[in-house]
Amino acid sequence: MLASMGKSDIMELFESIPERLRLSRPLNLPAPKSEFDLAAYFRDLADRNRTSGDVFLGAGVYDHFAPVVIDHMALRSEWYTAYTPYQPELSQGTLQAIFEFQTMVCQLTGLEVANASLYDGSTAVAEAVLMALRVNKGRHRVVMAASVHPHYRAVVNTYLRNSDVEIVEVGFDSTGRIDLEAAALDGNTAAIVVQSPNFFGVIENLDDICAAARDAGALSVVGVAEAMSLGVLKAPGDSGADIVCGEAQSFGVPMSFGGPFVGFFATREKFVRQLPGRLVGRALDSHGQLGFVLTLSTREQHIRREKATSNICTNQGLFMLMATIYLSTMGRKGLREVAEQNIRKAHEAAARIASLPGYTVKFSGPTFNEFVVSTPRPARQLRDELAAGGIVAGVPLDRYYAGMDNDLLIAVTETASIESIDRLVSALAEFGGAN
Amino acid sequence: MMATYPDDLYYSKDHEWIRVDGETGTIGITDHAQEQLGDVVYVELPAVGATFEAGAPFGSVESVKAVSELYLPIAGEIVEVNAALADTPETVNSDPHGAGWMVRVSIKDAAELSGLMRGAAYTSYVQDEGGE
Amino acid sequence: MGASDVKVPAAAGHIVRNEDLIFERSRAGRQGYHLPDLGIPEKDISSMIPGELLRDDIEGMPEVSEFEVVRHFTRLSTWNYGVDTGLYPLGSCTMKYNPKINESIARFEGFGKAHPLLPEFLSQGSLEILRQLEDALAEITGLPHISLQPAAGAHGELTAMLAIRACHAKRGHVRKTVLIPDSAHGTNPASAIMCGYEVHGVTSTSAGLLDPADVERNMTEDVAALMLTNPNTLGKFEEEIDKVCEIVHAKGGFVYMDGANMNALMGISRPGDMGVDCMHLNLHKTFSTPHGGGGPGAGPIGVVDELEPYLPNPRVARNADGTLQLNFDRPDSIGRVRAFVGNFGVLVRALAYIYTLGADGLREATETAVLNANYIKHRLEDVYALAYEGSVLHEVVFTDRRQQAFGVKNSDIAKRIIDYGFYPPTMSFPLIAPGAIMIEPTETESREELDLFIDSMRAIAEECEQTPDIVRSAPHRTRMGRFDETAAARKPVLRWQPEKGKVAGA
Repeated sequence: MLASMGKSDIMELFESIPERLRLSRPLNLPAPKSEFDLAAYFRDLADRNRTSGDVFLGAGVYDHFAPVVIDHMALRSEWYTAYTPYQPELSQGTLQAIFEFQTMVCQLTGLEVANASLYDGSTAVAEAVLMALRVNKGRHRVVMAASVHPHYRAVVNTYLRNSDVEIVEVGFDSTGRIDLEAAALDGNTAAIVVQSPNFFGVIENLDDICAAARDAGALSVVGVAEAMSLGVLKAPGDSGADIVCGEAQSFGVPMSFGGPFVGFFATREKFVRQLPGRLVGRALDSHGQLGFVLTLSTREQHIRREKATSNICTNQGLFMLMATIYLSTMGRKGLREVAEQNIRKAHEAAARIASLPGYTVKFSGPTFNEFVVSTPRPARQLRDELAAGGIVAGVPLDRYYAGMDNDLLIAVTETASIESIDRLVSALAEFGGAN
Repeated sequence: MMATYPDDLYYSKDHEWIRVDGETGTIGITDHAQEQLGDVVYVELPAVGATFEAGAPFGSVESVKAVSELYLPIAGEIVEVNAALADTPETVNSDPHGAGWMVRVSIKDAAELSGLMRGAAYTSYVQDEGGE
Repeated sequence: MGASDVKVPAAAGHIVRNEDLIFERSRAGRQGYHLPDLGIPEKDISSMIPGELLRDDIEGMPEVSEFEVVRHFTRLSTWNYGVDTGLYPLGSCTMKYNPKINESIARFEGFGKAHPLLPEFLSQGSLEILRQLEDALAEITGLPHISLQPAAGAHGELTAMLAIRACHAKRGHVRKTVLIPDSAHGTNPASAIMCGYEVHGVTSTSAGLLDPADVERNMTEDVAALMLTNPNTLGKFEEEIDKVCEIVHAKGGFVYMDGANMNALMGISRPGDMGVDCMHLNLHKTFSTPHGGGGPGAGPIGVVDELEPYLPNPRVARNADGTLQLNFDRPDSIGRVRAFVGNFGVLVRALAYIYTLGADGLREATETAVLNANYIKHRLEDVYALAYEGSVLHEVVFTDRRQQAFGVKNSDIAKRIIDYGFYPPTMSFPLIAPGAIMIEPTETESREELDLFIDSMRAIAEECEQTPDIVRSAPHRTRMGRFDETAAARKPVLRWQPEKGKVAGA
C-alpha cells in the first residue's frame, strides 16, 4: 500500500507532525498479553471484588434479576457495533428500539414525551433542572429536597456552579418526606426537585408537591433512582409532575461498579422543544412505509452549537436497549409482580430488624424496597464488622447527613432470599450490642 | 427565486421584511431566506407584550437540519403573533410575504425604517450575496 | 479490480419480515418471565403502602412470550448495520473493530455484579482497574492526572472546562470567553456555554489549520481557554500547536484539546508534550470500546498538575500498604459530574484493549489507521475534490464539489454507497467544508475491504456523471427508502399509543 502511494517509510505519512513534537521513545506500558493471559489477568482482578453473598446495598444501584434473554440479544453485534443512527435506512433496528423505549418511559412515568436516554440518573436530574430554568426563564431559584440522592444533588451543584441560580435545600420531617412548608415556593422559583422513592426509600406525596409547584408557577421535577418502583407506584405524571427523570439501571442493567447506566427523561408535550438529548420519531419513507428517524435535532449541539439545549451527543444506546428488552420480557404484569416482591421482602426485613433490641426503622413514611434503620452503634462500624463476616448490611449515612452516624440505609430486592434476610437479621442482633 | 422584491415592504440585512400599516408593522422572513433555509418545520415566536430593540433576536425558525434566529428589523412591542404557524409552518415556504408572516409590532420609532432597504436595494443585495 | 467491475450486489434472496412494534405484538395474558416463589406469606400491598400511592396498571406495556422477545429483537437487529457487518467509514467516529474478548471480560461476574458502594476493601479489583487505566492513559497522553468519571466525550469537555473555570476563579479572575476554531465539533461551544463562558470563533487558514497570528490577536487576559482539536476535524495535525500553546499560556490561559482524534497519535506524539493543559479521550473511539448504537461512551480527561485539584470527586488513591481507596478530601474539586466513579464497564474494555496491544501495538494501530486513510485519499482524490489540500493523518475530507455539477449532493452519495453494502461516511461536518464527505477507515480494515469501498466510491463518481438519477434517488436496495424527515419534524410522533377503541389482539 505504501509503495502504491510512492512512499517507502510509514513515517513519511507523519511528516505533518514536526520532529520536535514526536515521542522519541516507546510508550511505557506493560508488554502485550495474549487472549488467554488477558482473560486470566482480568479474572484475577474481578475475583478481588466481593459480589456474591448477602449484599443489601441500594442507594441508586439495585441488584435485580435480569433474564438471560437480555444479554443474549444485546450481544448481537449489529446492536453494539453500530453507532448513533444517523442513516435511518441502515439503522431501523436501533431507531425502532429507541421508539419503543421512549414509549415505555412514557407509560411508566405517565408523561407524553421521553428522550432516547441520558448518561445516568444524576445527569438526568441535572438536565431537568437546566430545562426548568429554560422554561421558566427569569426565575433564579431552584428548590431541592435534601432527600434527593446526595450524589444527584452533588451533580446538580456541579452543573450549576457557574450560574446565578440559587439552589435551596429543603429538609425532611419524621416521615422522611420533604418538609413542603419550608420549601417556600415563590414567583422566583423555577423548579422544585424531589425524588420518589427518595434517598431514604420513602415515597413522597407527589400530589401535594406537584400542586404546590403548579400554584407557584414552578416546574415539578421528580427524580426516580429506583425505576422498579414505577411498576407499582402511581405514575408521577398522573400526580402532575412536569418532568420525571432518573435511573433505569434496575431494568436489566448490570451494577458494574456504577456504570454505564441509563438515564431516562420524560416531560409534557408542550416542553418538547426544550428537551435535552436525542429523540426518535415516526416517519414515512419514499414507498409510504412507516419507519423511524432521529428528529427535532435542531435542539442539539451539532446544529445549534452554543445555543443547544444541552451539550450531550451520545445517549446510552446499548443499555437503553437492554432496559427495553427487560421491560418487554417482564411486561405489564411481570413488572408489577417484581415490584410487589420487592415491597413484601423489604417490609418483612424491616419488620424483623425493627423487632431487634436497639434497632428502629427511622422514618414513618411509606417505603418501597429500601429503608433507614437507626442502629444501636455507629452504623459505619457495624457495617464494617458485618462485612468482614460476609454480610454487607447497607450504606452508612454518616458521610451524607450530619447527625446520622447511627443510620443505615438497607435495600432488599426480589433477589434477596429469605435465608439471606435471616442471616442479616441474626448478624445485626449479634453485633448490635456495644463491644 | 423571486426576481425582484416588491417596494411596499422594507427589508433588513438579516432577511426579514416589514410591512408598515400606520403605527403597526407586520414582520416575516423574505422569500430568499425561506429558500436558503429549506422546508420550515417550526417557528418559535415570542409572547405578545414582549418588547425588543431593533436587531434583537425575537424568535427562531427551523428546518430539519438548520436553525435561524429571527431579528426584529425595528424596535417595538409584539402585539400579535401568527399562531397558525404552529400547525402549518410550511406557510413560511409557500407564502413568505403573506400568510407566512410571523409577528405584528407597534412601532416605537418610525425613523428607524430609514435604515432598512426597499425592494430594489434588497433585490441587488440578495443578488450580491448569492454571487459570493 | 477497476471501478467498472464493481456492481451493486444482485437481488438478494433473503427475506426479512416486517416487525411490528412490541406493543402491537402484545396479547393479553402472555408472559416471558418466571419469578421464584416469594418464600413468605403474601401480604396485601395496600397494607404496606397507602392505596392512593399505587397504580392500577401500566397501560400499554406489552405482554409477550420470551420467544417473541427473542424474535422481535433479533429481527430488529438485522436491520442495523454495525462495524461487524462491514466497513463503517464514519469520519470523526473511529469505527474500529471491537475485540470480543473485551465483551467477555466486562461480563465477568466480579465486575458486572460489583456494587459501587461496596466497602473499599471489597472493591479492590475495581479500584485497581481504575488506577491502572489512569496510569496507562497518563502515559499515552503525557498528561499526569486522569479522571475517569465523565460518561462521554462531551461530558469530558464539560468537566475539563469546569475545572479550568474553577482554577481561574481560584486565581481571582474567572475570565469571560473561550476561543474555539470554526472546524470544531459542536459539543465544544455547547460545553463552554454550559460553564458560563462566551464563545469566540477563530478562523482556520486556507490550509485548514489554526493561524497562530489569529490566536495571538484574539488572546487576551479575558480568555479562559482555547479549545482545539488535534489532529483537527479535517484530519490535519496542527503543526504549530506548541507555538499556539505558548501564546495562550503567555496570557494565562489554558489549552484544551478535544481528543476525539487521538487514534492518529498513540505512541507517536503526546498532547502533554505539545503544551496542551487538558484533554478528553473518547474510549469508544480510540480504545475500541463498542459504540453501542449511540453509547455508552466514556470520556476520561487528562490534566496538568495545576488543574489536578479541580478534578471531580472522588479520586483513586493508593495507600501505604498498596491497597486503593477513594479520596473525597479535595476542597477545590468541582464536585461530581455523575453519580458514581465512571462508566466502569467501558473502562474495563479499554484497559483490556491497551493491555492486548501494548506500546508497540498501539503505535502500530496508529500507523495503520493513518496508512489506510492516506490510501483512500490517494485512490479517490482524482474523482472527488479534497476539502483542503495537503497531508492528512487518520481521516480524509472530500467534498461533493465536482459531483454538484451533475446535480448530485453529498447526501445523495451517502445514500448510494448504502446500495454497495457500506455505511456512509460522515456528511455535513466539519462546517468549514461545505458538502463534506468525511472518511475514516480506521486501522482494522484489510486492504481488500478498503479496495472494495474505494472501487464502490469510484463507481458512484461515474454514476454521478452518467446516471445521476440513480444516485439522487438512492438507496434502492434497502428495506426502507428515503424518509420524509420534514413531515416527521413538523408533526412529531414520538411514542406509540393504543388506537382508541381497539383492543390489542382483537
